[in-house]
Amino acid sequence: MRLNKVAKSLVVAIPMFALAACGSTSTADADSQQTNQVADNNDTVVTAPVVKELTPAEKQRLVLQELRKEHIIYFDFDTANVSSTFASLLDSHAEYLRNNAGANVLVEGHADERGTPEYNIALGERRAKAVERYLEGLGVNASQIETVSYGEEKPLDNSGTESGFSQNRRAVLVY
Amino acid sequence: MKFIPKLLCICGALFSLSSHAALDIVITEGVDSARKVAVVPFKWLGTGPRPESITNVIASDLRFSGRFSPTAVFSMPQSPSTAQEIDYSAWLPTQIEAIVVGTIKPYTQGRYIVGFELIDVLRAQMTGGQAQMLNGGQLVVSNDHILDSRETVITAQEFRQYGHRISDIVYEKLTGDRGAFRTKIAYVLVDRSNPKYKYRLMIADFDGHNETEILRSKEPLMSPSWSPDGTKLAYASFENKRQQIFVQDIYTQRREKVSSYKGINSAPKWSPDGQSLALVLSKDGNPDVYTLHLATKRLVRITKNRAIDTEPSWSADGKYLLFTSERGGKPQIYQVNLQSRRITRVTFEGEMNLGGSYIPKNDQIVVVNRTRGKYHIAKQALKSGSMQVLTKTRLDESPSVAPNGSMVIYGTTHRGKQVLGLVSIDGRFKARLPVSEGEVKAPAWSPFIF
Repeated sequence: MRLNKVAKSLVVAIPMFALAACGSTSTADADSQQTNQVADNNDTVVTAPVVKELTPAEKQRLVLQELRKEHIIYFDFDTANVSSTFASLLDSHAEYLRNNAGANVLVEGHADERGTPEYNIALGERRAKAVERYLEGLGVNASQIETVSYGEEKPLDNSGTESGFSQNRRAVLVY
Repeated sequence: MKFIPKLLCICGALFSLSSHAALDIVITEGVDSARKVAVVPFKWLGTGPRPESITNVIASDLRFSGRFSPTAVFSMPQSPSTAQEIDYSAWLPTQIEAIVVGTIKPYTQGRYIVGFELIDVLRAQMTGGQAQMLNGGQLVVSNDHILDSRETVITAQEFRQYGHRISDIVYEKLTGDRGAFRTKIAYVLVDRSNPKYKYRLMIADFDGHNETEILRSKEPLMSPSWSPDGTKLAYASFENKRQQIFVQDIYTQRREKVSSYKGINSAPKWSPDGQSLALVLSKDGNPDVYTLHLATKRLVRITKNRAIDTEPSWSADGKYLLFTSERGGKPQIYQVNLQSRRITRVTFEGEMNLGGSYIPKNDQIVVVNRTRGKYHIAKQALKSGSMQVLTKTRLDESPSVAPNGSMVIYGTTHRGKQVLGLVSIDGRFKARLPVSEGEVKAPAWSPFIF
């Protein structure tokens, strides 16, 4: 019986994994695993699911859902250099924008609370534009990208600590 | 259980509504060498409860200027209400150099006669109050120890304002400079707990009383700047999900969008002649300083540089702008001659200098100075370049100088909250204006209104 439970949960879990992965990787491996798992079962009859073919719009929505989870690029103090830490994050956003010419992204630039609000507006814009240029460098059409700087006006963390400041020095990709 | 937090929220809201002015001054540092004066509580000559104290307003105004140290009531040797009642020998050991005395009498319903005299104690001690002068061939008592004396009818609502008026007279008589106690401040109040309108543009008396909201928004408001006639404010607003500059008449509520170029529309500052705004636009690539003529909408580009140029601020004669630029690597203050367009660097001390503005009448500027990672308000002589740090608070920003150059109001952080700080221009007197709800930032001192 316990094995049955495991098998059932796998039957549920594996197609979900496949759904999540279909945006970027092949689903062939997941499909074959699923077939093997079901065949090992001792029950007399077993139903097998068929992964529903997603429409392009559904696929786009799922990819976007994933992108929205990873959409913040953090910066060092008084700089607008995009760190290599965020290369893969920006790669996936660029891929999405290249594949969906109708999609637009707004890049918000933000600064920490140090310095003056007006200087921080300029700094936030520089960060937003650095991300814009990075995406354009990956082949994204300039017309798909808008930028806005909020400077220090919309902090994520109000603690006023070093870690708070580092959370606030950011560019956010908004779809 | 579930509705208890809700109930608390409602109570909280009621509490904050009922609490009076959001600004309530806490003095953080006094002055040791300021001139000693006494503001004797005015004598109430009516029956029934005495009206609101006018003398507290005068004493705290004089203290804020940093130039005077009003004596506590309990240290006064006597409580005179007129010049005749003063026993000068009793005041001699106190080293007090000037005394304000006065009376409040009921007039008609809801109106009062307030009279006051300002007495030069040192002069009176010399002459015994009996100095004589020739008038039409006759020797008469000149009363030259009485520097000013007036009587005015005011309503119950005008007590604070008339107190500021007396402060202005006392300040001018004793220093020779115009007082700035009937000026106002504009600032942005941010209440992050407000579910709808987090950002509010407020105006108040310079000491935080009579706080009035003039705009509320769901999106950030920044950089209020007064028109030189004190009737309008220019400010940056994100109400349309991008930064734009608006001008609003504080009396008629009429608003006009004056700048909405692609990119940032930031840091408006009204020119001394009231015709133009200096502002910062990034429409041509990166942030540069421009001037915008308000009537014709003619735009003139003042700086052209690949680095950030921002925070323009006019000289009193309208011939120069100070601005912050990164052209030398880190942000420093520069000055541009608007006629010749010649640009000179002004600040060199510290890692960064930002947010510069001229001190009226003086060859000095006020800046935000960063030294060893700390941001403080500092002043610098334009010519000699010598700099004096004025504040000890944390993350200081947005300094705005009183129109008589006597005080600076600025944004700072206290216990993790953004509040306003006040410092006298010599750095000797410091006060904090804490808020009960939300955070206060971007203060702008008004020009002389009266």
